[in-house]
Amino acid sequence: MLIKLTGGRLYDPAHNIDGKVQDIFIKNGRIVGQPSDGAVVDKQYDIRGKVVMAGAIDMHTHIGGGKVNIARLMLPEDHRSDIVAHNELCRAGCGHAAPSTLTTGYRYAEMGYTSCFEPALLPVNARQSHLEMGDTPIIDKGGYAMLGNDDFFLRMLAAKKDQDAINDYVAWTLHSTQTMGIKVVNPGGISAFKFNQRALDLDELNSYYQVSPRDVLVSLSRAVYELGIPHPLHVHGNNLGVPGNMETTLKTISAAEGYPMHLTHIQFHSYGTEGDRKFSSGAAEIANAINKNKNISADVGQILFGQTVTCSGDNMRQHANAGLGSPHKSVIMDIECDAGCGVVPFKYKDKNFVNALQWAIGLEIFLLVDDPWRIFLTTDHPNGAPFTSYPHLIKLLMDKTFRNEMFAKLNLDAQALSTLNSIEREYTLYEIAIMTRAGAAKLVGLHDRGHLGIGAAADITVYTDNPDRELMFSKPDYVFKDGELVVQNGKVVKVTWGNTHTVKPEFDLNGIEKDLRTYFDKYHTMKLDQFKINQDEISANGRGNVVVHPCEGRREKTI
Amino acid sequence: MEKESRITTYNSVTCPACSLLCDDLNVMSDAAGGSIKMLENGCSRSIKFFEHTLNSIEPRLEGQKTNLDNAISHATKLIKASNHTLISGLAVDVHGMRSILSLADKIGASLDHMNSSAMLRNTLVVQNSGWQVCTLTEVRNRVDLLLVIGTDIVSIYPRFFEKVVWIDEIMFDQDISNREIVYIGGKDLNTDSGMSKNGKKPTVISCENTDLPEVTNAIRALVQGKSVSSEKVGGIAVSDLKQLAERLIASKYSVITWATSTFDFPHAELTVQNITETINFLNRKTRCSGLPLAGNEGDVTANQVSTWISGYPIRNSFIHGYPEYSPYQFNTPELLSNGEADILIWVNTLNPDRLPPSCDIPTIVFGHPDMKFNKEPDLFIPVGVPGIDHTGTMFRCDNVVSLQLKKIRESKLPTLQSVVSSIESSL
Repeated sequence: MLIKLTGGRLYDPAHNIDGKVQDIFIKNGRIVGQPSDGAVVDKQYDIRGKVVMAGAIDMHTHIGGGKVNIARLMLPEDHRSDIVAHNELCRAGCGHAAPSTLTTGYRYAEMGYTSCFEPALLPVNARQSHLEMGDTPIIDKGGYAMLGNDDFFLRMLAAKKDQDAINDYVAWTLHSTQTMGIKVVNPGGISAFKFNQRALDLDELNSYYQVSPRDVLVSLSRAVYELGIPHPLHVHGNNLGVPGNMETTLKTISAAEGYPMHLTHIQFHSYGTEGDRKFSSGAAEIANAINKNKNISADVGQILFGQTVTCSGDNMRQHANAGLGSPHKSVIMDIECDAGCGVVPFKYKDKNFVNALQWAIGLEIFLLVDDPWRIFLTTDHPNGAPFTSYPHLIKLLMDKTFRNEMFAKLNLDAQALSTLNSIEREYTLYEIAIMTRAGAAKLVGLHDRGHLGIGAAADITVYTDNPDRELMFSKPDYVFKDGELVVQNGKVVKVTWGNTHTVKPEFDLNGIEKDLRTYFDKYHTMKLDQFKINQDEISANGRGNVVVHPCEGRREKTI
Repeated sequence: MEKESRITTYNSVTCPACSLLCDDLNVMSDAAGGSIKMLENGCSRSIKFFEHTLNSIEPRLEGQKTNLDNAISHATKLIKASNHTLISGLAVDVHGMRSILSLADKIGASLDHMNSSAMLRNTLVVQNSGWQVCTLTEVRNRVDLLLVIGTDIVSIYPRFFEKVVWIDEIMFDQDISNREIVYIGGKDLNTDSGMSKNGKKPTVISCENTDLPEVTNAIRALVQGKSVSSEKVGGIAVSDLKQLAERLIASKYSVITWATSTFDFPHAELTVQNITETINFLNRKTRCSGLPLAGNEGDVTANQVSTWISGYPIRNSFIHGYPEYSPYQFNTPELLSNGEADILIWVNTLNPDRLPPSCDIPTIVFGHPDMKFNKEPDLFIPVGVPGIDHTGTMFRCDNVVSLQLKKIRESKLPTLQSVVSSIESSL
């Protein structure tokens, strides 16, 4: 079937196309060149005057796995405010802060998103993450496997194993968990909390292993680079939410030692200690450091006001913040000598000094980082706000007047400490397309998505241009997923099941697996073979077709 | 044709007979006779689970054998005529539960689990205040003091101490034989398992489980440094409880465990909350984690899948076309006794001893082939047992780890999923 999208205005930064009117042809799920004369167009969409972008990519969103399901279970009161009845096409569920899996898939697609990445997939909980993502329709999924607090890795670091051995373990983890990248959360800190340490700064030692977060970061960022994994090490730094943590963040950037590193939800890591309340914005310094260090990228983790729930692997910091939760309840877990999790509901309020300043800090970072290819639009769903607030966030970035109106409603002390309303910048459609499409695809390593070139997967979103960007981005006219029309006028018209994106770098399987098998038999409560996720588990029932993306081969050793 | 014996040995078999999900069993399966024999690492529960002979595999309609197609079309007819179907039991694996939820959404059914009264005693606490808990490998490698409340654990998970406590080696520096085990409450407990390999005996503090509300309350107060004015609580000397509190405070990584199935008294969730708030308080200074012991009929699995697909744990309903959660309203005995449900579908693929409740409305059973009924249901469709007749996935008691189940027997039993999907597609 040959489909033609006629006359749309394209924003395709991967090809430097900024608003050019151009037709798009789709065949067998892919974007194809203009067919030869005489080829019959089976279906044509007249989209003259409409804005066309690739399907959007959320490179950091907690959509599947243990902690998200705990959040769902904990918050019946939140679900009740956003219950979704079934219709002829879509099954029932519930939305808002921790939506059910089916509703998550429908709503992302209805916003023009076609790929989402679960950023905190615990290796020992990988099966659950994939099961949940397998029940999330339409969108493509992928995960980043969490390392850096697992006993096996920390033991290797403590024993000063060579980088090759670490690389094999990292590669083995990617294979075993069927994931797209490696994430580290509070490096060494989740483990330290189990030994009753309550904080861990970049150069402090984990009391048992005698290794520091810096050691963890250096080792893992090298491993990711040397294995040729496209996505840089995905880092949730130490000291999340702590006033003054911008110093830790700046030191973390230096710990990258020039290796590619992605700093996630950086808003939560950009706090100073100035002012009467010893809490201030570190956005300018952080943005400056990102601008200078081309190896660093970041997503913002913007907070927006209202009820949400924070779900994190960082049980050390979640335990410390549990008292601030609203409603006042929390689940904190130590998990399998592998990782941890903490779930704390939060209600961010614009009249609250800290929350108001957090809001401003996030926006300052968005606006002060020069290069949209290295800064990404996230709310760290659901930690800063539910993903359904993205259109509102886009409006804040694109419309200075609107932004300043919102700013004027904030807690006055917070206003006094922020430079936000003096920043003139407004994001353009082209820049939004970079942050949410081309840049995100490049960062994650999706070679055939996030752009509209010939050969790309036909994940395409068509919007009606509207000066109210929130309205525009809330309700696309059309969304195509792998060439099929799945959303029309902001409503699902067809339910499909997306792909699961993975990387499978080359490594020495036998060496590392022999050690791991012995290790599992000695210390764990399950066998190694149960720990590993088989590709067929994911692709069973016609869901979650596993796509393996190329790695750039084993790069030269860097030591 | 003469039956040829085809014996296959399976190693590293996962056992769903209890939610410890041991994955180190070796079993022998005779393809011809359908019999299975435990070779290694069996326990009382797993032997009972695996070593049974396959009896009825044909569906029965009003007690008469029928074929699967007829059975499915009859089930479909009953469901079509129903205004409010109650799907209860739910002893299932992940894939079975997915199919049940899809059907429930389509027909507007209510969902309840056979163990939900016990399970909700924990759920209500998580929804009210949360908790601080850990998983089995953490217990195995870290616990220095294990406080066991109201149970001996082994009657629920026979191999718990073997797999989690009295092991040969752990990750960190600790003398395993110095681990302290304290039992409190419970009747006729088998505390032998609490003895260390070198003969160190556990501390046993006896009381009736119905005294646990006040006993746990006293422990909570004492851990928080408050004084308790009486000399005895639930028949236990307060000085003994004070000593226990001091041991918890001095411990580096204590684990407190309980099984809500043994908390069979009104408002048992408040007793669970006494325990979880004790744990929370201890974590101000030291480390302590809870280990809630789940039930054994796939309750963790059913609850997990229900939560991610509908947003709500069990008990819930799709009767209005959208999910609703109510621990009180969608309770099987209530829905049956007040005449709200007009069909009962009892789903139990795991434990043939758990029979549907007696009721006057048409009853369909998708069940373990060995179920023997006191009162024959209107329709019985025997289905495969996950982990024996087909592969599957289940969640372990700690809610985090999920394991794959193997197929170790050739049988003609359909999977629950295939039966439910056939019904759904013929509606």
